[in-house]
Amino acid sequence: MAYALQQLINGLTLGAMYGLIAIGYTMVYGIIGMINFAHGDIFMVSAFIAITAFTLLAAADVTSIPLALTFVLVVAIFFTSAYGWAVERTAYRPLRGSTRLAPLISAIGMSIFLQNAVQLTQGARVKPIPPVLEGGVVLWDAPGFAVQIGWSQLLIIVTTVVLMIAFTWMITQTPFGRQQRACEQDRTMAGLLGVNVDRTISLTFMLGAALAAVAGVMVTVYYGVVDFFIGFLAGIKAFTAAVLGGIGSLPGAMLGGLLIGLIEAFWAAYLWAEYKDVATFSILCLVLMLRPSGLLGRPEVEKV
Amino acid sequence: MMLTMAGVHAHYGHIHALRGIDVEVQVGEIVTLIGANGAGKSTLMMSLFGNPRASAGRIVFDGEDITRVPMHEIARRGIALVPEGRRIFQRMTVLENLQMGATHADPANYAADLARVQALFPILAERQAQRAGTLSGGEQQMLAIGRALMSRPKLLLLDEPSLGLAPIYIRKIFQIVRELNRDHGMTILLVEQNANQALRVAHRGYVLQHGQITLAGTGRELLESPEVRAAYLEGGGHG
Repeated sequence: MAYALQQLINGLTLGAMYGLIAIGYTMVYGIIGMINFAHGDIFMVSAFIAITAFTLLAAADVTSIPLALTFVLVVAIFFTSAYGWAVERTAYRPLRGSTRLAPLISAIGMSIFLQNAVQLTQGARVKPIPPVLEGGVVLWDAPGFAVQIGWSQLLIIVTTVVLMIAFTWMITQTPFGRQQRACEQDRTMAGLLGVNVDRTISLTFMLGAALAAVAGVMVTVYYGVVDFFIGFLAGIKAFTAAVLGGIGSLPGAMLGGLLIGLIEAFWAAYLWAEYKDVATFSILCLVLMLRPSGLLGRPEVEKV
Repeated sequence: MMLTMAGVHAHYGHIHALRGIDVEVQVGEIVTLIGANGAGKSTLMMSLFGNPRASAGRIVFDGEDITRVPMHEIARRGIALVPEGRRIFQRMTVLENLQMGATHADPANYAADLARVQALFPILAERQAQRAGTLSGGEQQMLAIGRALMSRPKLLLLDEPSLGLAPIYIRKIFQIVRELNRDHGMTILLVEQNANQALRVAHRGYVLQHGQITLAGTGRELLESPEVRAAYLEGGGHG
């Protein structure tokens, strides 16, 4: 029982991070109908930005943890959004109006480019940072096993919940959110009404990247190590989360992320830890075969 | 002059859809475009928004050349389109659709504009929290017109507003067109298959054939013209 509760906490932490990344996939799919395979690498880039920022802070002798975290978050969000913007501008916008496959291939190219760029500039080794947030609270001191929530886990879960509430509010209640949804439903019509469609698409990429940046900072704080390849697996898992929730659906991405995190944690705890990735990707296959529209997605309707 | 199209050509892929269009709309006029399916009526309207972009010729709106202006800027300058097939945002509420119509309008006017549109179409007030996709075809058309009016356009473009609607809604649409023009001084460019009704409500009209204007005149002149009668009015023209 105590062990299961611990796995629940671990799973929630993992799921929060997957959910943050999954939103970027689902929003981009919603607005331009493509899977941005470079999104996982955007996340990886943000983790490196976070590491650099932490290193700079350590060099500057900043010891206040809240101050350091805020600074790193702001820096990571700023630069990662810029990456998101640049990727859309250079790799996807020139291909708009071409075949559906072209931006997809371009996305894979961009993913490889980002991985290699980071590998060349930052090196292929795993980069560690000293622990930022150590310790936690013991929730339940059960006989033989103490259930603990780490400060970093608490930080991840709380930040994610706050962000998701803010984000949902923005999409459903603000003029920008309305324009974003209008572009999703009928881009030409939105343009006819005066919405700057190109700008809305750019902002969508930047928002997705900003959320991935938060996930990148969190992963750095949580694990304390990054390498140039972490974007691949995290990206595909978040993509699985988006598909499971129903690609194109925002609440779906959040739910999907949560489920994938929980499944992974429980699978690793009770079944075979070494097969946890297999579990995730089996889910991807099963969802695609049995329910391609996902848990909360709309069934694909052919437009005439 | 509200709108002048001078020698406009446009292409849709390999199709040469507009072949030297000259059309003028004066302030306060209702002008109608009639023509068979595929004559280029919708293309003509969309070309005002640069979709497709005019490959030759000039489009002048309200004294300014808008031939190369980006699509989203056109709405800002005062042209609103009620497109063919309505194209309302199905998964948004009725109110959100109207808010989309006010995308670039002055927020100070929003409350007044909303009240005006809802007075014109009371159904849009009753159903404001409902998803737009659940409205009937006629109601969706009202919503599409209401959405266009939310921006206080100088020129209102209506593309086949009566297509596929029940007779009661068709009557209502033509009544609204007349009212908007007479009581609010709205300048309207109307594309219709329903040539008989359209020519009756319009001050002037153009006949479009294979991307060219083949005939122009007042509504009455066109109604009485033997070519128009033969091609568009007799044999099912009375809708």
